[in-house]
Amino acid sequence: MLLTILTILLPFGALLAGWQLDGKSSDNPDGASLAPGLALDLQGGTQVILKAVTSDGSEITPEAMEEAIGVIRQRVDANGVTEAEIAAQGSNQIVVEIPGEVDDETVALISKAAQMKFRPVLAIGNPVPTTQPSASPSASADGTGDDAQADGGDAAAAAEPTKEDLAEQDKAIKAATDPSDLAQITPSVQAAYDALDCTDPKNLEGGGGDNPDRLLVTCDQTGAAKYILGPVEVDGTNLTSASSGLMPGANGTVTNEWGVNLDFNTEGTKEFRETTERLVNLEQPRNQFAIVLDGLVVSAPSTNVAITNGQAQISGSFTQESAATLANQLSFGSLPLTFQVDGQNTISATLGSEQLQRGLIAGLIGLALVVVYSLFQYRALGLLTVASLVVAAAMTYVVIALLSWGIGYRLSLPGVAGLIVAIGFTADSFIVYFERIRDELRDGRSLRLAVQRGWVRARRTIYAAKAVNLLSAVILYFMTVGGVRGFAFTLGLTTIIDVMVVIWFTHPMMELLAKVPFFRDGHKWSGLSADRIEVTPRYRGAGQLSGARPDATTDAPDLGTAEPDRELVTAQSVTPAPRTAEDGRRMTIAERRAAERKAAAGSAETTQPAQNEENS
Amino acid sequence: MARGGFAQWGNDLYTGRRSYPIVQRRRLWYSIVALFSAASILVLVFQGLNLGIDFRGGSEFTVSGVSTTDEDVAIDAVATVAPGEEPHVSQVGANAVRVQVSELDSEQTDQVGEALASAYGVSVDEVTSNFIGPTWGQSVSLRALWGTVAFVLAAAVFMAVYFRAWRMSVAAIVAMLTDVLVSAGVYAVIGWEVTPSTIIGFLTILGFSLYDKMVVFDKVRENTASVTEQTRSTYAERANLAVNQTLVRSINTSVVALLPVAGILFVGGFLLGAGTLKDISLSLFVGIAAGALSSLFFATPLDVTLREREPKIAAHTKKVMDLRAGLVAEGADEGMLAAAASGSAQLVPGHHQGQAAQPRRRR
Repeated sequence: MLLTILTILLPFGALLAGWQLDGKSSDNPDGASLAPGLALDLQGGTQVILKAVTSDGSEITPEAMEEAIGVIRQRVDANGVTEAEIAAQGSNQIVVEIPGEVDDETVALISKAAQMKFRPVLAIGNPVPTTQPSASPSASADGTGDDAQADGGDAAAAAEPTKEDLAEQDKAIKAATDPSDLAQITPSVQAAYDALDCTDPKNLEGGGGDNPDRLLVTCDQTGAAKYILGPVEVDGTNLTSASSGLMPGANGTVTNEWGVNLDFNTEGTKEFRETTERLVNLEQPRNQFAIVLDGLVVSAPSTNVAITNGQAQISGSFTQESAATLANQLSFGSLPLTFQVDGQNTISATLGSEQLQRGLIAGLIGLALVVVYSLFQYRALGLLTVASLVVAAAMTYVVIALLSWGIGYRLSLPGVAGLIVAIGFTADSFIVYFERIRDELRDGRSLRLAVQRGWVRARRTIYAAKAVNLLSAVILYFMTVGGVRGFAFTLGLTTIIDVMVVIWFTHPMMELLAKVPFFRDGHKWSGLSADRIEVTPRYRGAGQLSGARPDATTDAPDLGTAEPDRELVTAQSVTPAPRTAEDGRRMTIAERRAAERKAAAGSAETTQPAQNEENS
Repeated sequence: MARGGFAQWGNDLYTGRRSYPIVQRRRLWYSIVALFSAASILVLVFQGLNLGIDFRGGSEFTVSGVSTTDEDVAIDAVATVAPGEEPHVSQVGANAVRVQVSELDSEQTDQVGEALASAYGVSVDEVTSNFIGPTWGQSVSLRALWGTVAFVLAAAVFMAVYFRAWRMSVAAIVAMLTDVLVSAGVYAVIGWEVTPSTIIGFLTILGFSLYDKMVVFDKVRENTASVTEQTRSTYAERANLAVNQTLVRSINTSVVALLPVAGILFVGGFLLGAGTLKDISLSLFVGIAAGALSSLFFATPLDVTLREREPKIAAHTKKVMDLRAGLVAEGADEGMLAAAASGSAQLVPGHHQGQAAQPRRRR
């Protein structure tokens, strides 16, 4: 019992603690608040306009936009149940609307292309520009190639490659024996590499769209080094999953370093194995392979052994959060396009707030009617229905407030509708339970026993019906996106709370009430009075009846005449046989049978064919 | 209604003294359901659902530099050019208004732009128009559809296992789908715009309908658990008793579930003018009512029809009817037959009470 109360009070305590310790304020928008977060349609939010840009001037196809919207939606959904709205605008823009205020991290999450590629390292150098060829492995000066414009088109890419340069580079790459061949580095590549300044923050912004078939001159993510990288060997699209976690150390221990685990599909595994098998035998730095994310090198580990199982880890300068973000981006695939944030605006609620208020007032009127109806139907016991609804509502409110703090849950209009329907579900648990109790009382049991047995029978029905609800909620949650997902979440939540309330509140309260004389003795207003529930007397043996009405037992001779109109009312038209003889004496069973048979003899021919027809 | 009002009526239903031949009149219910379904299908095919901006995309106007961000100004302006449109208006930033309308032709687009500019008192240059894609595109719809299909299948499997009768689960699923079909039909007849809220409303109906059928069928299961072990009443009669016994529960639950929704729909939607909630409250209202009704009048009779094809049940029904015919031939009294037919002869087997049943010695 104590445990039960604790469990019910736990969310309340957690919310209060969160409110005190991690209060929501302007500089802590993710903090806890006593009011649940509202979704776009109820509260408004931030509109982020993303504009697609292509590095090589290729056309932006509607298919690519469609794909990009899908990927962004999955990324947003993975971030919590926020129900963001995402739509294409014009031919090359995507509008993302997110409830509440949006921080830079969220913008990065939705707008970063997350194109991951694995390239062999051809050269590594200090991040500062050099005027003459540096300590990098001397390149045979017969090719050209540059993709440095992926880095933002600044000083490093000042030497815009001409068409001839590109053609020459393509020829050099074609002539190369493998992607690690140094012969691919042409003078223009070398020039771009020399000029690249990785200490300039502009060059560390990244951006996708680097041509996978050409060389890439780029910086390390942190700006600590610059690289010439060979053509792409393994593409990020060959990933099956990505997850973040603490990286394992050299001897199986867990280090303190965060990283991302990658799993490749069959093709990726094969390519990855072939690459690492080749790289293992090469000299430093050509035995390194670079993991390139949006044109920047995340890390460039050297290959000690060939990796054959298709699993790789990326470690580097990750924090727990940035590792989780990257894993999230990678697992939903990269965006086919590169996007720039074109504008960021606050946006008001799409539903008129005044109208919503009116609607809610109307809903409250409906709720008041529910209270009136329950009291009319169940008299004093109706208060228990109302109390159950209040407890369920309070728990739902607190859990929603907790979830909007914990996982960014936002209550939307469909969510509110789900909660309103949940009133019906919650009340139904009680109604099913109470009808069972009445059934047991009708069978002549005492209230204490009726509650016990009624609960056992009602419980099964309640569990089975709630199980179907929970099943549908879980399936819908995992299979759908956007608004439907939010609905599924609300449905699952209210179902769980319903079951908790009926087990931990309604049933114990009913058991307690069964001991209170007002209910136990069936007071007129208790909802359990004898005139509302006709109790069938039960023979308890030794000539005693239980559950019989006092007036029925004290006035036994009148039992027959007490209810002359309480005859069987059935579908079949049967003439009720009289129970009392002409002189008012109650007939014996044999006498009654005889009378009935006499009465039925006339109508048997007419009713029998009808009955057969109905049941055939 | 019998003496003593609703509660007495409930008593009579429980004991079987009063019994409505719901299962026996199933042909009538089937024809009503068939009529409504056919009408819904016809309406859906010929009239179709009026899909909103969220599904089809449309035109978006941004009015910048406005002095007032009142939404009604924009709604009125759009109505002058394209009456019948339901624009979505929201405030963007501090002094801009965004108006979304379903797709217009280029002439109308210009007209709406001008109307908006004059309504807000800004120059036409301040109004930009653009095409906006659907927020609820095909991919979202497809995923929602597959999710729904998966959940219906899973629920069917769950019910088949729980009731240990696949026919029961088929009956429940068919009845549930009819509920949604009829709800969609009613929605199409009224012709309101379908928004994502409407779709969520329909999904809520699926959930509620399934829940209600689960509760009613659980009573059927309870009443017919050992139906083959006795020869007084048939499966159909026992099922009919179950429906009659849950009648009070079904009425109470539906009223409690419908009252808040009805409040929003009628008080809010029509009296107070909260139009934004009318779409979801209408779909919920129709759906909940249909779901509750079909649990009693369609799902259970359908279950009986299906289960009577089960060899075991069919043989039992025949046995009961033969016995009954035999009794009639022997001149048994009609009242007893009727009692059996109404399913009221719910025999609760006694059990051995041991010493407890023995007379106590008086001290």
